[in-house]
Amino acid sequence: MQCDICGKKKATVHLTEIVDEQMSEMHLCEECAREKSVQMEQQFGLADLLAGLSDFNKPAKDAPKVNLRCPNCEMTYEDFRKFGRLGCSECYTSFESHLAVLLKKIHGSNHHLGKAPIKIPQTERKKIESLQELRSQLLQAIQMEDFEKAAGLRDKIRDLENKGRK
Amino acid sequence: MHLSDFVQRTGEWLKGTGSNSDIVISTRLRLARNLAQKPFPNKAKKKELFEILSLIHGAIERINLFKDSLFLKINELDNVDKQFLIERHLMSHEHAANPEGKALVVSREEVLSVMINEEDHIRLQVMQSGFNLNETWNIINAVDDSLSQTLDFAYSINWGFLTACPTNTGTAMRGSVMLHLPALVMTKQINKVLSAIAKLSFASRGFYGEGTQASGNFYQISNQVSLGQSEQDVIQNIHGLIRQVIEQEEQARQAMLVQNRSLLEDKIFRAFGVLKSAHIISSQETIELLSMVRLGIDLQVVKDVDRKSINELFITIQPAHLQKIEGKKLSSSERDIKRADLIRQKLGGR
Repeated sequence: MQCDICGKKKATVHLTEIVDEQMSEMHLCEECAREKSVQMEQQFGLADLLAGLSDFNKPAKDAPKVNLRCPNCEMTYEDFRKFGRLGCSECYTSFESHLAVLLKKIHGSNHHLGKAPIKIPQTERKKIESLQELRSQLLQAIQMEDFEKAAGLRDKIRDLENKGRK
Repeated sequence: MHLSDFVQRTGEWLKGTGSNSDIVISTRLRLARNLAQKPFPNKAKKKELFEILSLIHGAIERINLFKDSLFLKINELDNVDKQFLIERHLMSHEHAANPEGKALVVSREEVLSVMINEEDHIRLQVMQSGFNLNETWNIINAVDDSLSQTLDFAYSINWGFLTACPTNTGTAMRGSVMLHLPALVMTKQINKVLSAIAKLSFASRGFYGEGTQASGNFYQISNQVSLGQSEQDVIQNIHGLIRQVIEQEEQARQAMLVQNRSLLEDKIFRAFGVLKSAHIISSQETIELLSMVRLGIDLQVVKDVDRKSINELFITIQPAHLQKIEGKKLSSSERDIKRADLIRQKLGGR
């Protein structure tokens, strides 16, 4: 069987496509198949999925349109929505409020629990450890429906978070 | 060390040893790390990529576990070499595309590997044979600590490790366990199991990587969530989930042995027979038949081949491996012949 695209080489890849409930089969050689798969990835990738997610937190229609830009790497929020990848670690600060919503949508949480790099100052490390401890206590309190305790913990977390903020 | 040293041997993770190695092929953990303030690889200019590369390479070279490791610049590799490394699960397709400024470091036994400048500056991977999450974590955690003594990692108190894609932010850890589930497939219970896995926010994919269909009854199950759960939480969750899948597979195997023993034995020996006698064979057919023989070994129906040889064949029958073994380019039909030769040789056929 010859390749459906180039008509020269032997077809070794058999592709089934479903478009608008119409099923079509294609028989391709290795090279054409590779090209085809690149095209398909461009058509639908993670970027679209992420963009779809971040559409939910579009500002209200009458809100002024601000195009956020990261001063460190020049990436704009629009670019991020298009490509689904951030430009540098500073983008997390530059697009903080948008990302907070997006991260929560992806992971169901927007607070890190887990390890920290070795190379951070001792005072920072203490702060991270106590924040993480408070957050897991908060989760427990909510699960136990002890809302009074939870409210107290929430305030403690807020205080600690705001401490030392630039 | 040289790339060609890998051709004649297989990685540690294919040994077929370790806990539950009848059902669990391998355990893998991956951590993504970035250097603070430096542009992520997709945004970095050529010069910046090379700077980042040499910073990271320098840090890796100080680590003892990477002694005598293989360091490869991706733009110096030809297509077969790149495909060879992908087939060995040492790097991704994405890493092979746009190779400028990218590198791969692989430790001697292929337990540890680092993709430099893939989607993130560092993608550190540890892969072990069998079901072995704790030991795998101990290794990767130690290497990560050593790296973070010399490198400034991008990290925020609220969001943990910062990655190019927000789906990895937080622990930036992905744990994957590769399972062989022929009995769940044959008893048509697999979809039930997979949909339960998806409900728990775990992903499942095939043996041959991201975007591939599960073939040969292999499924790779990995966590999706990386923010709000500590590394230990994630590892425990994976552990609990995989334990249940293993139990289900074991039950299905026992049920098949009791209810349909002769039918099952017939399938296994027919598969073995074809593999030992075929002179032309496609990779798809090979994978399906090898899966049956592997099941035969687990159930002690097949006794004259060991699990390691079968595990190795799953890797070496792939296109780039066949071409590296043969030492030249082979067309698809030449590969089908060479593949059959290799299998007969390994399994003592004619």
